[in-house]
Parts: sequence; C-alpha cells; structure tokens
Amino acid sequence: MIDYGAGNLHSVYNALKAAGAQHVAVTADPKLVRGAKRVVLPGVGAFGACRKELWSIPGMIDALEESVLQKRVPFLGICVGMQLLADRGLEHGSHKGLGWIGGEVHLIERTDPHIRVPHMGWNDVGLTPHHGDHDLIDEGEAYFLHSYHFVPEDGHDIAAMTDHGGGLVAAVARDNIVGVQFHPEKSQAYGIDLLRRFLEWRP
Amino acid sequence: MTVRIRVIPCLDVADGRVVKGVNFVDLKDAGDPVEQAQAYDAAGADELCFLDISASYEGRGTLLDIVKRTAEVCFMPLTVGGGVGSVEDARALLLAGADKVAVNSAAVKRPEIMADIADRMGSQCAVASVDARQVEPGRWEIFTHGGRRETGIDAVEHAVKLAELGAGELLVTSMDGDGTQAGYDLELTRAIADAVSVPVVASGGVGNLQHLVEGVTKGHASAVLAASIFHFGTHTIAEAHAALRKAGLPARG
Repeated sequence: MIDYGAGNLHSVYNALKAAGAQHVAVTADPKLVRGAKRVVLPGVGAFGACRKELWSIPGMIDALEESVLQKRVPFLGICVGMQLLADRGLEHGSHKGLGWIGGEVHLIERTDPHIRVPHMGWNDVGLTPHHGDHDLIDEGEAYFLHSYHFVPEDGHDIAAMTDHGGGLVAAVARDNIVGVQFHPEKSQAYGIDLLRRFLEWRP
Repeated sequence: MTVRIRVIPCLDVADGRVVKGVNFVDLKDAGDPVEQAQAYDAAGADELCFLDISASYEGRGTLLDIVKRTAEVCFMPLTVGGGVGSVEDARALLLAGADKVAVNSAAVKRPEIMADIADRMGSQCAVASVDARQVEPGRWEIFTHGGRRETGIDAVEHAVKLAELGAGELLVTSMDGDGTQAGYDLELTRAIADAVSVPVVASGGVGNLQHLVEGVTKGHASAVLAASIFHFGTHTIAEAHAALRKAGLPARG
C-alpha cells in the first residue's frame, strides 16, 4: 500500500487486515512496490494535492508502472487513488494523472437543487455489462464521499455505476487494474468482502 | 435509487468514557466508546459520531486513542467533534482514523478555519457544526458553550458562510430542541438546507421515528442524527431505516 500521506491510509490498512491480508507493507519505498504481489493506492482530499504528494516520492511512479503495467500485478485504487488513474484531474486547475485509464475527473454537476455536493453517503453499486470477466466488484451498497468524478473516455473501462442526479462512475476496471470511487474500508461487510476478493484476485 | 438518507447515532464522550450512551444489555463495558461503536457498526448505522465533551486537556488526549481503536475494528464512517480548535487538531483526528472532523466554537471565532481544513485535507472531511437558538420567529442565532452563551451571529448567514469557505457538510443542532425529545427545529434545518448546496445533518431533539422522517421531508436534511432514542433502546437503527423507507425516502436495509 502506497504511503504518500493520504488521510485514509490507516483505515484501508485496518480493512485489508480484517479482510485477511497476511502482510501489508505501508510504504513509500519504490523497491518494495517493485516486489509487491498486489498494490493498493488509497487517497482522499483534492486530486492536485494527492498527485503532488505521490509524484514527489523519487522513483515511485516508475516503480508503480513497472509493477502494474509491466508485471501486471493486481492493482486497486480507492477514491482519489482511483481518480489518479485518469489522464487529468480538473480540481483546482488541471493536473496530470497516471493516464492508465483514459479520461478526466470533473466536478459533479448539480442538475437539480436536491442534489447535494459532496456526494456523501451510501449508494448503489450497479454492475455494467463491461464489468469484465473478473468478479471483483459485486452489486450492493457502498459508502461514497466525493465532489469530483471520473469520466472515462472508453465506456468499456466502466465496471460499475451509481446514481446521484444522473449516472456517476462507481468503479473502473481494465485487465489487472481496478479503481473504486467508493470507500470499501468504510462500507462495512460489503467493503470487507470486496477487499477479500481483491486479495484472492488472479486477473 | 439515489444516495440514502443517513441515520447517525451520536455518542457523547468525556475523558474517554461514554457519558450518554447505548444501554445494550450484552455490552461488557457500557462506558467504553469502542465497544459501543462496534455495536452500532453491527447494527448497520450509516455513520457514527463521537462528540467529545471533555473539560480537560488530558481528556482530549484520550480521544485520539479512542478514535484509533475504533478505526481498527469499525469499518464505517466516523465523524469526531468537540474542541477542535486548529488545523493541527483536525489533522491529528483524521490521522487517528476519523473520516470527518466537526468544528464548532473555533469556526465561530474564526470562520476561515473551515477553509484552512478544506484546503489542506479536503472539503469531504470538513464538517461545520452550527449550534443555534431561535431568538424571534424566523431568526436564529449562534450560541456557544452548550447553548449558554449568545453571540448575536445570524445562524443561517453563518452556515452559508462556512459552506462557502469549504465545509463539506453542516451539522445543524437546535439548542432549543436538544434533549427535549420534541423533534428537530424543522424551520431552522430547512432555512439552512435550502440556502446551501452541501449536505445538512439535522440534530437536536429527536424523540421518535417520525421526527427522523420529518427532518428530511420538512427539514430538507440529508442525514438525521440522534442519541437517546438509540442509546436507550427505544428504537433500533433498522427501525429508523424502515420508518424512512415507509415514508418513501431512500434508506438502507
């Protein structure tokens, strides 16, 4: 699990342990990331701030790309950790993301006054026909907490949707890469089950 | 469906012990906040709120330990409020495992603290706590020190300002209603909810399940907070969810 100072680091760690993870290294060491069997990228707060912190760790982006794109180890991005998969985030300016899944991160539009932003609380995770041949994401209810949302270029990368004044992407997936907008570490049994499947996932 | 109405039990904590808390018979130690948090987690509460009412500095220190131990065993969102006076206080609570931090008096003294927290750690974790009393029909003012000290500040204007500065949520407590079990101040809740775009949590005065429903249908709140009706076993979280659903509102369960 990448330690770049994200606020939900300990919660994600605790949830991974509860899901049965034997050994979780919370680390900012690119060497450990290169040797990892699975990689988790947490994240809360603003896209630009998270990006700055992650990119400021010498060698970390190279290590992530070697591990996830070349060795193809299973990867899970959570909340802003999922949004960082995009090409760009448009929160307080334009910030470049990892670009592993094409698309941009936009502010949630208030289509009517009943729609509150941040999107805060439990909402549906509904699978799309493109959720792939893995069964990592399940139908259910999960806890969301975000003001910005990932708009992928290619609809085939969208694994699950939710509804908040219109459809919002709840999860993206491509090959060995999965990102969830919601917080599995805060989604009680639904979230722990998802993390358990991630720990066993062989994409 | 859409985002669910959140049902939030609130635990008052002083010097590391629950002051007003749940009376579940199977608890080994009814004063232990962590054990109570686990009970609410198991009961399917949508979020949990700890309100620290410790008078002393030492009491506050134990709060961090409680938050840390709660985050190790509860996988639900946790808001912590009470005595948050600085960005450093907020950061310490978040690092200990809180998901959101509620700021009260400090934002009365200096509203810009909301911007400081939101800019550093994100709006999603910055909750502005608004404690108000009605002073004349259609006008409410901010009161501090548990509702005893008046400030002369208009509550709706203050709430709007804190949301504009970056608060991602407003916790609106009627100090007139708190503890009365006579229901939320629906006019106050609605006046604020209609004036902002962020979610509003209704708080103060819940005595029955219909009060929770009215907090949403008449108060326009996105979440309903209550203490006594859950702690004393009058109603369960599941009953609260069922009452909301019966009223045609989206709720879990």
